[in-house]
Parts: sequence; structure tokens; C-alpha cells
Amino acid sequence: MGMLISNEPDFMIHDVLHYQLFGQDLYLTTTTIGMWIITIIILLLAILASRTMKKASDVPGVFQNVLEYAYEMLDKMAAGILGGYSKRFVNYIGTIFLFILFCNLSGLLGLRAPTADFGVTFLLGMFTFFIVNYQGIKNRKVRHFTSLFEPTPILFPINLIGELANPLSISLRLFANLLSGVIIMGLWYGMMPILLDIGIPAALHIYCDVFSGCIQTYVFCMLTMVYINDKME
Amino acid sequence: MNGISGQDFIFGCSAIGAGLAMIAGIGPGVGQGIAAGHGASAVGRNPGARSDITSTMLLGQAVAETTGLYGLVVAIILMFVKPFTA
Repeated sequence: MGMLISNEPDFMIHDVLHYQLFGQDLYLTTTTIGMWIITIIILLLAILASRTMKKASDVPGVFQNVLEYAYEMLDKMAAGILGGYSKRFVNYIGTIFLFILFCNLSGLLGLRAPTADFGVTFLLGMFTFFIVNYQGIKNRKVRHFTSLFEPTPILFPINLIGELANPLSISLRLFANLLSGVIIMGLWYGMMPILLDIGIPAALHIYCDVFSGCIQTYVFCMLTMVYINDKME
Repeated sequence: MNGISGQDFIFGCSAIGAGLAMIAGIGPGVGQGIAAGHGASAVGRNPGARSDITSTMLLGQAVAETTGLYGLVVAIILMFVKPFTA
């Protein structure tokens, strides 16, 4: 039986390069390289898209059609939650939507999904946190802080924890979903006999990478918009 | 207990703890099932609002899933980070 086991299960983040900066031990990990690859892919897509849209025709070609459909979908998603404010946030929401979507789908390319690293998702969660609080202070001034004491001052600690838990919960949700997918795929490729590596992983990839990844992208953007919308009036 | 070092004992207990932490998976399973059932009956009553109902249901399910994922994170930390070994 030992001959048939393909290799050891492997779903950890690996160090590619070790260097020192300002006396700190820093590592270039597989996450960083995955993010570079995804950034390059998104950049190429963006350049191609802007070229296509500059000479856009009344009768759209295939690529122009896909671009218009994607933009309309993003616009509709933002307008559904944010309503009249959606014009101000659709750029940011669209950017993180594309980034998280490509990160989640990168498991199909054989990369370890960068969003399965808490360093990445926590930063995305902190972006949400800062945008939400900036909008809260900008739109509600002092009421942003006094609303923590509503309905009674006794509830202040619970309200405060509720506010602070938001970035943690959305980042942990994205991270844990992707991590569970990465672990399942790593275990399957590592533990199963080689014969079972043909065909069956495709079904697992459909669920763990495509389905779960798309849902979590949607949920992350949706929740970011819901939190922002709470602070708008 | 002869032949088992303190380190091994902690690893074993961590594995048991990780298994116990995954009991947290029960709650989200029940909650998501209830949400999906109500979503299905809502679509049955009003098939025109299918896309709205589906997106609301998925959002609610993803939020309900969070507690189970906390359990998963605790289990993974116990298994791979080994916080109780000095």
C-alpha cells in the first residue's frame, strides 16, 4: 500500500526566501508570490479591458460583452445595498471583489490561495473597519460615538465589542472557509492513492474553490457594504 | 502511563480538544438548514423574488456559518500551532 500513496499531505504556507530588514526576520512566502501572480493577471486583464472599451462598438464582441456584464453585475450589487451612495463605493467594492475572487479561484491554477493566509484577510478586514469608521465619523460626527451608549449606557461594553468584532469576524470567515478548502484539497492529493487523483479532485475543486470561493467573495463585499450603509445616515 | 512523555501527552490532549472543538459544526448545520428550508418555502410562495431570496439566504447562511468556523480555527490552532507546548 505504501507504494500507492502519492506524497505527504502539504497545505502549509512555505518560506521561499529569508531576509532581514531593520533587524527583523522576514520571509517571502508562497502567499506573497501567489499575490504577485494574481496582481499581474488582474493588471493584464485591466489593460486588455481598457483597450477594448476605448474602441467599444455598438455591437459588442465577446470580451466587451463579458466586461459589460461584469460591470453591470457589480453595479447592481452595490446599488442593491447602498442605494444612492453606491457611486462613491463601487470602485473600492469592485476592486476588492476582483482581488478576492481571483485569490479564491487561484487554487485552480495550483497555487495556494493567498486568502487562506490570515495576514491577507485580516488586512482586508481592517480596510473595511477603517472605511466604516471614517464614514461613521464623517457622516454622524459625535453621534458615531454616542450611539455606542444607546439604548442604555450599561450596554456600552457589548456595543464596543460588537463594533470591534466586525473586522475580525469577516476576516476570519473568509480565511477559515478558504483554509478548510485548502486543507481538504491538500489531504486528498497527499493521502489518497494515485488512482483516486484522476477525475475525482475536479468535483472537489468545483465545491471548495469555485462554489465556496465565489460565495465568500460575495459575502465579504456584501457585508462590507452593509456595515458602510449602517453608518451613512 | 509509562513511556509517555509530557510532550506526547499534551499532543494527545490537543488532538482530543481539536475533535471536541469541531462539535461547534452542529449549530451552523442546523441553522443553515433552517435558513435553506425557509428560503425554499419563500420561493414557493413568491417565485418572482427568487434572486432576492437566494442572495439574502446565502448572506444569512454565511453569517451563521461563522461560529462553526471559529470552532475550525480553534481546532486548527490546537493541531498545528501547538500553543500549549513551551
